[in-house]
Amino acid sequence: MNATSERALAQLRCMLLIRRFEDQCAESYSAQKIRGFLHLYSGEEAVGVGVMQALTPDDNIVSTYREHGHALARGISADRIMAEMFGKQEGVSRGHGGSMHLFDAAARFYGGNAIVGAGIPVAVGFALADKLQKRSRVTCCFFGEGAVAEGAFHESMNLAALWQLPVLFICENNFFAMGTRLELSESDTDLVEKVAGYAMAAARVDGMDIEAVEAAATTAADAVRAGSGPYFLECRTYRFRAHSMYDAELYRTKAEVEEWKKRDPIPLFRQRLQERGLLTGEAFAGLERDVAAEVSHAVAFAEAGTLEPVTLLTRFVYSERPA
Amino acid sequence: MTYREALREALREALRKDERVFVMGEDIGRYGGSFAVTKGLLDEFGAERIRDTPLSEVAFVGAGIGAALGGMRPVVEIMTVNFSLLALDQILNTAATFLHMSGGQFNVPLVIRLATGGGLQLAAQHSHSLEGWYAHIPGIKILAPATLEDARGMLLTALEDPDPVLIFEHEMLYNLEGELSAGAGAVEIDTAHLMRPGRDASIFTYGASLGKALEAAQRLAQEQIEVEVIDLRTLRPLDNATIFASVSRTHRAVIVDEGWRSGSISAEISARIMENVFYDLDAPVERVCSAEVPLPYAKHLETAALPQVDTIVALVKRMMQPANG
Repeated sequence: MNATSERALAQLRCMLLIRRFEDQCAESYSAQKIRGFLHLYSGEEAVGVGVMQALTPDDNIVSTYREHGHALARGISADRIMAEMFGKQEGVSRGHGGSMHLFDAAARFYGGNAIVGAGIPVAVGFALADKLQKRSRVTCCFFGEGAVAEGAFHESMNLAALWQLPVLFICENNFFAMGTRLELSESDTDLVEKVAGYAMAAARVDGMDIEAVEAAATTAADAVRAGSGPYFLECRTYRFRAHSMYDAELYRTKAEVEEWKKRDPIPLFRQRLQERGLLTGEAFAGLERDVAAEVSHAVAFAEAGTLEPVTLLTRFVYSERPA
Repeated sequence: MTYREALREALREALRKDERVFVMGEDIGRYGGSFAVTKGLLDEFGAERIRDTPLSEVAFVGAGIGAALGGMRPVVEIMTVNFSLLALDQILNTAATFLHMSGGQFNVPLVIRLATGGGLQLAAQHSHSLEGWYAHIPGIKILAPATLEDARGMLLTALEDPDPVLIFEHEMLYNLEGELSAGAGAVEIDTAHLMRPGRDASIFTYGASLGKALEAAQRLAQEQIEVEVIDLRTLRPLDNATIFASVSRTHRAVIVDEGWRSGSISAEISARIMENVFYDLDAPVERVCSAEVPLPYAKHLETAALPQVDTIVALVKRMMQPANG
């Protein structure tokens, strides 16, 4: 197996892991092991996994409340993510954050932001720090198309372009802001055109095609890294599951969901790899077994996790300083 | 030297001694700052470090948070506290939460300077005192320099702090004149200061109300009423020990706070006094606050709405009457 096929299989495996992980989250939610809000990434895997291929470990990630997939694709362990959702102190955020607030310093993963659009100015600030300190790091900021309606989005696009900051804006356009269709919230639904008005490089890619996402994200990240300012990449995708576990999905038809599932990024990529002779049916089954084991391990790890003592409740409201 | 110049000197010292420090905000560079605090800094430090921003409070406060997380020491200036509400999401939901929500992984060493308070007839969208309201929020620190020493010193200490610090500069103080010792520099921000010792009552206050309280104390002294005046300095966390010790000495407490009375920092201080030193009190805790109206423009109305020396004097005298003692 050469490097190209190894890479491709690793990407497929990562998408499978996310899908399986999210299925497990839904199950654990029903079993009341996970509480609060839970937003699943199923259907959007090609975006997170594809974009991560374009980043280095030194780059920054700022994400949203639908970030399990981003975190897994960034290499944060499924064990610690699951433990977070189980509210255990072995979780990535010690159980303080839950599903919507995954953080990991080692992965330069800065949340897990649950105010729509609020991560965008923070990402701009990371990029400003890098520019001022003359580092060639890219800050990659994920948000949904719903964020495009927020003032924070527009202020940040302008500021990033005005100051030519190294931010890669990844707009995951799944066409619904919770239950409100893009046409009902935007006067102009062409987001690339909209952003071009900020004098920023902008492109669109099929977010169901991981290879297309990787190629577009690489072009974009390379441009940002080379110092040509921010870049906006719209990835058109679709959420296969409900917005959250409280969503009865009254705003879309089953037929529409089924139509999009025909473009499921996982079978699409699997088929391509098989056609190229890079993947056998047996090997695919092996990957599925492999990710199932990883997710089972995560659940066991989370179950075995411990609760942070209540006596530590107010720790980390302020930094601990040496006495 | 003025309060404004003391603030500028602090910024200058911070910019000189730490390359990570930079300042950003609306009209702080070429215009010189809406209250002229940053005047001249652009020429001295350049546009990379004295950054004029668009009128985008969410973006530049959020960018301050990101830059702080990215290793810089940003000082963000917000023109008035009323405008800070445009960025409240970033202050409350991001800056104040990040450390705890991330399980202790990410602290935000951000300093925000805001002009606050009334008295300049700037009416209902430029005059409010929301520092007590901000003091409601765990995860941030709230400073209110009332003296030249604190204007000069608090910023430097705030920049050493690992967590977000908001510094509220009262608009009526910028022209305050005084002397600063040659060695003036960083000051501690953990304690309230006794500004005038007394025997009969304690006035707890901060910001521009400190001057009013001191003037009231001086007038009361002419009538043989000796009032202690405590400058709170830091509204979050409050220095309980100094407050309680003062109440235990004088047995009467007055809080002068330019914020609205309901749900205010004065209410919080009053509650803490009740909870902790109730039996030391000879009279109920009293408060002088702003009238519960949007601050009006007309001078006589604005004056009537804000705490005034006469009100403080009258209140303390009433508290000293035997029926109340």
